[in-house]
Amino acid sequence: MSNFKFKPFEEMTNDDYAEVGFKSGLEVHQQLLTKRKLFCRCPAGRYSKEVHAEILRHMRPTLSELGEYDGTALMEFKTKKDVVYQINRDTVCTYEMDDTPPFAMDEEALDIAIEVGMLMDANVVDELHIARKQYLDGSIPTGFQRTAIVSVGGRFPYKDRFIDVIQMSIEEDSCREKEDRGHLRVYNTDRLGMPLIETVTEPQMYTPIEVAEVTQIIRKINRSTGHVRTGLGAGREDVNVSVRGGTRIEIKGVHKIKLIPLLTYNEAKRQWNLLRLRDELLSRRITEESFVSKSFDITRFLKKTAYMPISLALAEGKVAKCVLLKGFKGLLSWETQTDTFFSKEISDRVRVIACLDNSPNIINSDSNENALSTLEGQKIRKFISAEDNDTLVIVWGNETDTDTAAKEIAIRAREATIGIPSETRQALLDGTNGFERILPGPERMYPDTDLPPAILTDERKADLRSKLPKRFWLAEAWYQELGIPQDVIGVLSISKYADLFETAVKEWKIDPVFASVAIVQYRKRLKKKGLCTCVAAENMQSIFEALRDGKIIKEGVYTALKAVMTEKTFTEDMLPVPANDKDIDEAVKEAKAELKAITMFDPANEGSLLTDMVMDKLRGRVSGEKIAKMFNANSKKEA
Amino acid sequence: MAESEKELYKGYRGPGLECLKKFEAYIWCDVEISTHDSQFIGFVLPRSEKADEFHIVLKLRTGYNIGVSASKITNIKVNGRKIANYKIPEKMFPYSPNKPRVVLFGTGGTIASRLDYRTGAVIPAFTPGELYGSVPELADYCNLETEKLYGVFSENMGPEQYKTLAIAIGREIEKGVKGIVIGHGTDTLHHTAAILSYMVQNSPVPIVLVGSQRSSDRPSSDAALNLIHSVKTAAESDIAETMVCMFGPTSDSYGLLHRGTRVRKMHSSYRSTFRTIGDIPIAMINKDKITPLSDNYKRRRNDKDVTILPYFEEKVGMVYYYPNMHPDMIDSMVENGYKGIIIAGTGLGHVNKPLYPALQRAKDAGVAVYMTVQTLWGYVQMYVYDTGRDMMDLGVVPGANLLPEAAYMKLCWALGQTSDLEEVKKIMLTPIAGEITEREPSNGYLIMQGGIPEVEEFISQYRK
Repeated sequence: MSNFKFKPFEEMTNDDYAEVGFKSGLEVHQQLLTKRKLFCRCPAGRYSKEVHAEILRHMRPTLSELGEYDGTALMEFKTKKDVVYQINRDTVCTYEMDDTPPFAMDEEALDIAIEVGMLMDANVVDELHIARKQYLDGSIPTGFQRTAIVSVGGRFPYKDRFIDVIQMSIEEDSCREKEDRGHLRVYNTDRLGMPLIETVTEPQMYTPIEVAEVTQIIRKINRSTGHVRTGLGAGREDVNVSVRGGTRIEIKGVHKIKLIPLLTYNEAKRQWNLLRLRDELLSRRITEESFVSKSFDITRFLKKTAYMPISLALAEGKVAKCVLLKGFKGLLSWETQTDTFFSKEISDRVRVIACLDNSPNIINSDSNENALSTLEGQKIRKFISAEDNDTLVIVWGNETDTDTAAKEIAIRAREATIGIPSETRQALLDGTNGFERILPGPERMYPDTDLPPAILTDERKADLRSKLPKRFWLAEAWYQELGIPQDVIGVLSISKYADLFETAVKEWKIDPVFASVAIVQYRKRLKKKGLCTCVAAENMQSIFEALRDGKIIKEGVYTALKAVMTEKTFTEDMLPVPANDKDIDEAVKEAKAELKAITMFDPANEGSLLTDMVMDKLRGRVSGEKIAKMFNANSKKEA
Repeated sequence: MAESEKELYKGYRGPGLECLKKFEAYIWCDVEISTHDSQFIGFVLPRSEKADEFHIVLKLRTGYNIGVSASKITNIKVNGRKIANYKIPEKMFPYSPNKPRVVLFGTGGTIASRLDYRTGAVIPAFTPGELYGSVPELADYCNLETEKLYGVFSENMGPEQYKTLAIAIGREIEKGVKGIVIGHGTDTLHHTAAILSYMVQNSPVPIVLVGSQRSSDRPSSDAALNLIHSVKTAAESDIAETMVCMFGPTSDSYGLLHRGTRVRKMHSSYRSTFRTIGDIPIAMINKDKITPLSDNYKRRRNDKDVTILPYFEEKVGMVYYYPNMHPDMIDSMVENGYKGIIIAGTGLGHVNKPLYPALQRAKDAGVAVYMTVQTLWGYVQMYVYDTGRDMMDLGVVPGANLLPEAAYMKLCWALGQTSDLEEVKKIMLTPIAGEITEREPSNGYLIMQGGIPEVEEFISQYRK
């Protein structure tokens, strides 16, 4: 392994990332815009804080085929959580509660998923098989997520290459975690069961920025269907990161794309530094086999400690344990992520697995030497026969949990001799990540016997293919040629008006720049006036058809759009009739009459004021140039 | 050993089978499948017999399954083969000299089974070792022995199984067992509980029937907790009755012990589907304690004096009355030699008048006809209306508050012992195991109605 040391985030170059062998793949989740949930008839997308009932469940690990618990199962079993589901009767039925078998998969959701698969040029499967993917954290009351592969393969362009897609699946969304304290985890169930797709890419992103950019592309593919949900939580990413010699680590539930670069940087750094830590241990001759740790009950030495977290715990009758890590001196202060140290890896495990979640939950002799008094430290060191090059980790809590914690501390320390444990990690707001759970094994997938396979007929596929929107990257390339403003391109290409735009330009010969600005920017301007930006595609089309037929002029588009957005519907009378000469004459006369009543400070402004007044009277019915030209001609005549 | 062709192409027929044969691929082959526009890599899986014949099932590397249309396949390249050899994990069930001996009889229900991840087939876990491997807590309560009596689905349980079960129970009690657990599918759990209540009398130990509403291969299954509750009851409780032990609420919190003759499955899929009807359950149970809800139950004894009466007459039918029922429904049973009929009548126990001649014909043919109520709760009362009295004149015997299924099982059992209708009547109307009670307590009928503010308030305070 090279001697490369991670630089601060801002100073890392593409070459640096190549040096450490940075590689990342994505699992992009996207909620679909359907009326119903995926496997029952509950309404989708209705969120509520009101709770009518609670259900308590415990997730029990099922044994793997080899007669062993897989990593996640074992971990969740150790944690022994009471999982409580809060239920609102309007959004959750007995299906989500796992008291009724599933209903047939929602066809609307399946159509949208197929559409996305086709947009990525993937192979849509002929027969859909529903699988159960086990989750023991309780995030789904059944203990598994129903999921099915919709398409395999596929790709989309990025920079000068293509990003390959492994597969895309349709699945039911999980619960939202509300609380996780000690042995209690509480979930809100309103999101549970909503249709979701997951697009999985090959690990073909080689810098943190690339990961963010490719995420954006996948989100745009999804959005270009016009059939997905938007807003916070509607799109979420799991980001897989590895470095050379490292392990694929999954950072789960990233809500914001802009967080991705820093998160992936920190994960790469963590892996690189854990590999360096392993080398350091090796140079100290500590290997998986030679690793030594011991744990001791040290409650009696700390009865009178001045260190508050421990003294408070012991006052409640709790215990304290010390884990001795032979030869580890200084290594708990080994930096893993930005301003984050190896002690955090241990503390995280204690929090998640032993359910000791007060902070701090451990202290150690590498970084918290002053927490205990010198005398306390000496007594403990003597009692456990600690030597100068050892590290002591102290943990406290109720007896069972502290026991679990002491074991877990030793487990995580030993894992440092191997390298990087296979885990899923959670994204933290400061751009670092924390331990979430052990990575589940592949045996957590098994067939769902409650529903038969569904056949996706060629007719269905052909029908969906005929209605596909243009690939947004092809649309954007064309927009570039047309000279459409840069800030309009990205919005128009995935908007529901993209097809209308194409027709307007190609068939109706409407000016592309005008059409694009009218479609994208006018609504933004009108939004500032407090109007709703949602305009049905057919209403927008009616306005452009009027323009094509000469029923309105260009200036009329804005006026008509304003009326549509105000009334939330379209009628012919919203179209401003183009002004003829007589209309203009009358407007000018009226304006002049009104102008007489106004005292001008600067008579030189009179001309422009008059123009504005006339334009105001004929809003959307006449072009500014025409009026301006008319007044110019008039003034020349008068001169 | 050479596999038969049927095994090699398990479940495949028609075009799917043709396609596999053409490219010399079979199940468990690691393959690359090409179609005119795509390629899929994975293992060929056996095909479900119920699925169509046009697709080939593939397990992808990611663990997901998909189906590929056989007609589109242009090539299958075989890269090897790996046969799934599914085995249930087994651990030695620990023996503790101080713990009571409990026997678990297997009947074929899904209480202890798990799914074969690869094929989706349900494989029953049953030996003590297998059970200990998946529910180690069982060893906290007893020394468990298991015996698989037969393997049938709950709906296929019948006279032979009932008799075998009753005799096996008697044999174990005579050997000094401290408690008996019967694993059973849930659909007809209450039928079996009822017949055993009659066939096994004066048991000195608890006899506990248990099932699961969610199969044990899923993390949220109720199987493990039901099994723990039932084994604890068999090992420790002082209730020497035939009971059903299933979830109280849908939450993983406590179970209920229902009297075998008063229990009924009341929801097609809920965990808390079993309810005691017309009475209250015998007890509540959790991992730590058993809490009797009344002291009206038979106590555990140290003797072995059980009486086994394995009688069953098969020619007994049950009629669920509906308006517009024609007399031929009754006639057909009489003509076919049925010896007994249970009617589930409306209201207090009624049927329409056009049926009367048929009932007369049944009486003339010596058929035992008993009335129960569709309402499930409440007593048959045939004196209130003239129609009821008319029917009694036609030989229809009111079945008090016998549940229809409990009445059916009892009539089968009674007619299995005698064809003397007076004797049958005496057996039918003499309660043996709480199937008829003298009174219905006021809390024996409590169906909370959702939507009512006070009920909603209650629900919001306790976990469902």
